[in-house]
Amino acid sequence: MVRIIAILVGAAFTFVLALALWGTVSTAITDPAPETAEHEFHLHPRDAGLSSAGFFGKYDRRQVQRGFQVFKEVCAACHSLKYVSFRDLEEIGYSEAEVKAIANQWVIETPSVNPDTGEAATRKNVASDRFPSPFANEVAARAANNNALPPDLSLIAKARHDGANYVFSLVGKDGYRPQPAELLKKFPETKTPDGLHYNPYFANLNIAMPPPLTTDGQVTYTDGTVATHDQMAKDVAAFLTWTAEPKLEARHAAGFASVVFILIFCFLAWGAYQNVWRDVKH
Amino acid sequence: MATVEDQLPPGEDPALLDEEVHDPRRRDFINIAAVSFAGVGAVAIVLPLINQMNPSADVLAQSSTEIDISKIAPGQAIKSSFRKQPLFVRNLTPAEIAAADAVPVNTLRDPQTLEERTKAGKKNWLITLGVCTHLGCVPLGAGEGENKGPFGGYFCPCHGSAYDTAGRIRQGPAPLNLHVPEYAFNSDTVVTVG
Amino acid sequence: MSFPWAKQYEPKQPLMRWLDEKLPVPRLVYNAVGAGYPVPRNLNYFWNFGVLAGAALGIQIITGIVLAMHYAANGGVAFGSVESIMRDVNAGWFLRYAHANGASMFLLVVYIHIARGLYYGSYKAPREMVWLLGVVIFLLMMATAFMGYVLPWGQMSFWGAQVITGFFSAIPLVGESIRIWLLGGYAPDNAALNRFFSLHYLLPFVTAGVIILHIWALHIPGSNNPTGVDVKGKQDTVPFHPYYTAKDAVGLGVFLLIFATLIFFSPNLLGHPDNYIEANPLSTPAHIVPEWYFLPFYAILKSFTADFILPAKLWGVLAMFGSILLLFFLPWLDTSPVRSSNYRPKYRGFLIVLLVDVLLLGYVGGAEANARNVILGQLASAYYFLHFLVILPLVSSSERPRALPNSITEAVLTKHGGTSPAQTALAN
Repeated sequence: MVRIIAILVGAAFTFVLALALWGTVSTAITDPAPETAEHEFHLHPRDAGLSSAGFFGKYDRRQVQRGFQVFKEVCAACHSLKYVSFRDLEEIGYSEAEVKAIANQWVIETPSVNPDTGEAATRKNVASDRFPSPFANEVAARAANNNALPPDLSLIAKARHDGANYVFSLVGKDGYRPQPAELLKKFPETKTPDGLHYNPYFANLNIAMPPPLTTDGQVTYTDGTVATHDQMAKDVAAFLTWTAEPKLEARHAAGFASVVFILIFCFLAWGAYQNVWRDVKH
Repeated sequence: MATVEDQLPPGEDPALLDEEVHDPRRRDFINIAAVSFAGVGAVAIVLPLINQMNPSADVLAQSSTEIDISKIAPGQAIKSSFRKQPLFVRNLTPAEIAAADAVPVNTLRDPQTLEERTKAGKKNWLITLGVCTHLGCVPLGAGEGENKGPFGGYFCPCHGSAYDTAGRIRQGPAPLNLHVPEYAFNSDTVVTVG
Repeated sequence: MSFPWAKQYEPKQPLMRWLDEKLPVPRLVYNAVGAGYPVPRNLNYFWNFGVLAGAALGIQIITGIVLAMHYAANGGVAFGSVESIMRDVNAGWFLRYAHANGASMFLLVVYIHIARGLYYGSYKAPREMVWLLGVVIFLLMMATAFMGYVLPWGQMSFWGAQVITGFFSAIPLVGESIRIWLLGGYAPDNAALNRFFSLHYLLPFVTAGVIILHIWALHIPGSNNPTGVDVKGKQDTVPFHPYYTAKDAVGLGVFLLIFATLIFFSPNLLGHPDNYIEANPLSTPAHIVPEWYFLPFYAILKSFTADFILPAKLWGVLAMFGSILLLFFLPWLDTSPVRSSNYRPKYRGFLIVLLVDVLLLGYVGGAEANARNVILGQLASAYYFLHFLVILPLVSSSERPRALPNSITEAVLTKHGGTSPAQTALAN
């Protein structure tokens, strides 16, 4: 009885699937899905070659500091970094005093309350503060940015596929470019609208953010590194990789120790297994 | 045909399944090593599980508080907070200082002079945690009109500990004086605690 | 237990004798996973996966309990509390990555455990109850894994909750009311997050309870083995301890090696980038996919695109739940008296096709829904149902199995080059 019911149920599901299959195939023939510009012109990110990539990756502290400088002078005007605290900067090689100074001199102040009147006010940042957001809330951020919301950058390197390389490619020297002629010829209706910018590394090809890095030397590095367009892009990608995964170095170190330890355990366990079973065929 | 149960498999002695016969000490070393190694691993993995309960980095970072003391008149006190604990900042009157200095130190449960509990030249500024050293209640006496207790300092309503004008324990079950945290005067009107 | 030659627990120290009289827990352990449990001597490495699944559950419970000390189940702060675990809590990144990847390891190990049971016929009499309890454990795990994935309150968490509770709205008449009741609102929010957290904390302990029943039920007939032949005597078995504890230790080592590599070197390999974006009820990610372990079922859901009496959505939901619930009927769908597929050449072939089929479903579940993938998914879904509901009952009554060894010991000795009287007889 169970088997007869099962065969009937199985036949029912298969019949409905066959109907669905018929529908899919006939639609695919009569009305094939149109090709899309995203599908054809979207590019995979270029490799930024960061030192943090790979099993033994470590951050290049000078590079991350340069990236922080790019973030501070370029990105921070619109993008928040709300899960990162000033005190975290000590991890990339700033001294406690330098961190205090960076927090104190940060252009955007932290919201607070006037102790006398109770009205909303701001105060200077201290090391234990998170990075303050440039806009009070989402509405303000959209209003100031042509109704586009600049995403928080704390986790951007983990929130995009191949995030570090994505950031590098997006703001690097070949990210923003004129819309290719063959794209316009093939998909005339996908002309980049006013207020958006063509960028083949962006998922739908048209990004609201105006080109953030435009000229070599836009940032003057204090360590003497020549600030080419790609250098700045690479450095800010390194910084944002660190903000997304600040514990990467501790993780790699702990991982190396754990794997070695477990490997030794595997050999010992194998030896014990052989020893226990030495007289039993199995 | 004979059943399998009747046969002893060639070259095998079922007794081996039950007891060790070959030189157990040397051959079992590998078993002991594997078990010991597993034990070490288990202990190592417990460490992060215990350590996660310690204060996290954001809690440790909020370790200093700035306090504006310009508006505290002599005889008044304010309650602030330091590491989520109440903090009493009190501007002592000359009479209160004199009362504190008049006490013979060797009669105290926790012998300390007012000088030792304040900064040089700022003897009128008594800055202590508002946490009774008995069981952690907040003593009265910092707020306007609160019971300052029999010694004119602070009085803990939970179990009746009384502190004098230097915040020293004088009566009741508390074992120690009110704790004086680390602090420094940034200027005459601003103090950084922690 | 059921084997008369099983060793008896004999406490030697006075304290252990005293304890054994009052509360014989050591005796219970001895009989369950100690020397008192006789196990077939010929188990292969696939028999490690039950113990590994138990270890994985233990790891999930321990890491979960400590993470719950730092997590806050409120839509406003949940995402931030996870980030503070990752950044500020001592060893928090390790605990969270271990818990997230631990779920994947648990499901992976359980899938291999289920595949082992399918291949070697472990679901058949007299072990039907073991199998039924196993399917219950699997359902509990899926519910727990889903609710756990909602807790970080990223985009995939939110939209996963939206889509999965949406299944219930396929039920005619009362569906939408059930969905709203499940969520405590019209979309996933604080109420849903809090109840998911509560249940996510509860269900693993329920699972642990059912696992105890699963092991209890197993110990009555004893473990199956690669030949599927019943244990006939003492020479067919070895005591669980030290023989299989030693073998399981090797398996555990390899398990931990893979687990550690995931945690420390590519902790986000199996995750989705969108879950690092905080939940936003106003914006759906371009490409919603569940975690890898749900992909085959998701592919079945997506494959039903035609209305036929019932709407396509309801067919999809029925088929998806049906694809799991049919496992409950497996012991009665397969009537072959032979357990191990090693001796069922035809069925073995179909099982291998099923394995490829499920992997294909997994691929389709995660891939974009273009015509080719939809067609592949529909064909693969059809095979899935045909395999269990049609092929299995028909093949098991029609195929001719190969000759079984007379006993486990005979099979072992044959493997090691000896000839047995039975085989000699067959050859003649």
